[in-house]
Amino acid sequence: MPDQEKQPYQSLLTGKVKVVNVGLEGFVKDLRDCDIEVVHVDWAPSAGGDPQMAALLAKLGV
Amino acid sequence: MVVLHEIRKGFYLDSVALMRLSREVAAAPGIVEAALMMGTPSNAAIMRNAGLLDEGTEVRGNDLVLAVKAETEAAARAALDDAIRALDKPKAQGDGSTAAWRPHSIAAAVKAHPDINLALISVPGDFAAAEARKALNRGLHVLMFSDNVSIADELSLKQQAREAGLLMMGPDCGTAVIGGAPLAFANKLQRGRIGIIGASGTGTQEISCLISEAGQGISHAIGVGGRDLKKEIGGITTLMAIDAFDSDPETDHVVLISKPPHPDVAKTVIERIGRSKKPYTVCFIGAEETKLPPNARFSATLKGAAELALGGQAIGAGFDVAGQASRFPGRKWQSRIEGLFAGGTLCAEAQVILAASGRKVVSNAAIPGVPKLDGTKDDQRDRLIDLGDDEYTRGRPHPMIDPSVRDDALRSALGNSDIAVVLLDLVLGYGAHADPATHLTEIVASRGKNAPALVASVVGTESDPQTRSAQVRKLEQAGIIVAPSNAQACELAAAIANSAAR
Repeated sequence: MPDQEKQPYQSLLTGKVKVVNVGLEGFVKDLRDCDIEVVHVDWAPSAGGDPQMAALLAKLGV
Repeated sequence: MVVLHEIRKGFYLDSVALMRLSREVAAAPGIVEAALMMGTPSNAAIMRNAGLLDEGTEVRGNDLVLAVKAETEAAARAALDDAIRALDKPKAQGDGSTAAWRPHSIAAAVKAHPDINLALISVPGDFAAAEARKALNRGLHVLMFSDNVSIADELSLKQQAREAGLLMMGPDCGTAVIGGAPLAFANKLQRGRIGIIGASGTGTQEISCLISEAGQGISHAIGVGGRDLKKEIGGITTLMAIDAFDSDPETDHVVLISKPPHPDVAKTVIERIGRSKKPYTVCFIGAEETKLPPNARFSATLKGAAELALGGQAIGAGFDVAGQASRFPGRKWQSRIEGLFAGGTLCAEAQVILAASGRKVVSNAAIPGVPKLDGTKDDQRDRLIDLGDDEYTRGRPHPMIDPSVRDDALRSALGNSDIAVVLLDLVLGYGAHADPATHLTEIVASRGKNAPALVASVVGTESDPQTRSAQVRKLEQAGIIVAPSNAQACELAAAIANSAAR
């Protein structure tokens, strides 16, 4: 397949990975130990902790 | 008995941090039971069932609930006060510092770092789909480590990802290695030209470590999540991973590992493999040998799959199963094998190997043809337990992070006169416990002289943070026989148990 037709998921294997980590903080150190760039999100449940509302907001792109 | 609880509104801690703090609280004088959990609906149900939270107390997903059961009110109060003081300490960063600015959302992270291309998501399952959707909406590939995500959400996320040309790995994706980046529970592997597509976390870890330790290497390991090859999902991520490896110049050979897929999905995936120009090894663990196209070969075991990918090179060729077994003179009253596994696919491989050697096997995570474990029966069959199964991990970390999940079952097995062999696994690597061998040897140190033989395998590499050989040495010093692979540990366990039965 010519390069210009490559989908993002195919390019992922040939390019550089830069990670946003959402959740377990221990994964940040593991990635940095392997020289992978990572940004950790100081996460807390959105929508006041209501999972259904959080799912709805995500679907709406909020 | 007194139960006290405290609720911190809008306070989040990840599950590993909560586990550490729970342990400290549980070890305080006079405490019978302690739970520190986010107040998600599933966690609230667990605490209510355990009698740690009464029906009338409302909690929400962004509330941290601290609950203790103690012998006296004074003990409960003292433990809660200590826990609150620990919570109020400033949070340390992953790199040990406390100061740097940190984004509060995926959107803020991407705005500050537009070159981010992958989101690693391990938040509680109740919120994981929402976070994955936010990541996909911003054009990021996703690895979703979180489990307890509905299959409807999984399908919808994977369809959205496919439309955008993005890779949606998971939910319940335990491991992946993309371009040398260890994502979740991954090992430090040699880079090489063998690619892996894995619907199973520990299966991918075992095969990738066996390949790496045998001197070859891995280009990428793409995790797809344990349900990707079910009928409802239709192998969406697996098919995209095959496409990705087809166009990857660094990959010469691909290994596909999964539990037995739905027949329709298997047909689609096998047909797609047949159109690939690359050779494949297919390991549908627990499935009958499957008819494959000329560029693919089937393996019934993880070890066999690694050997095929290595071009026929034998793994652990110097390990003498018969010689090792002869060190354990059979005691005829001991006939059973008790397998206590942290790795679900290692438990599945054990079922394949023991059943093929003629042993009668039951499991809580039974493969096709193996009966489901029924705890009410006085069973003389080999019991193979997947301790990572939901019934053991609901509300607590996976046994690869917290090996104490195995302690009670192991103590009980060591004192059981029916058991000839206890079969164990240790899984090393990033994300896993820092020293599982020491934890295990402390439990087995007090066993009696008629205790069952202990046989283990260690999934890991020399470059892993725990260093495989150092972990193996600790186990061997404690009298545990360590096989080069899980498959050989199973063969040895069968040989010892069969000689005991004679």
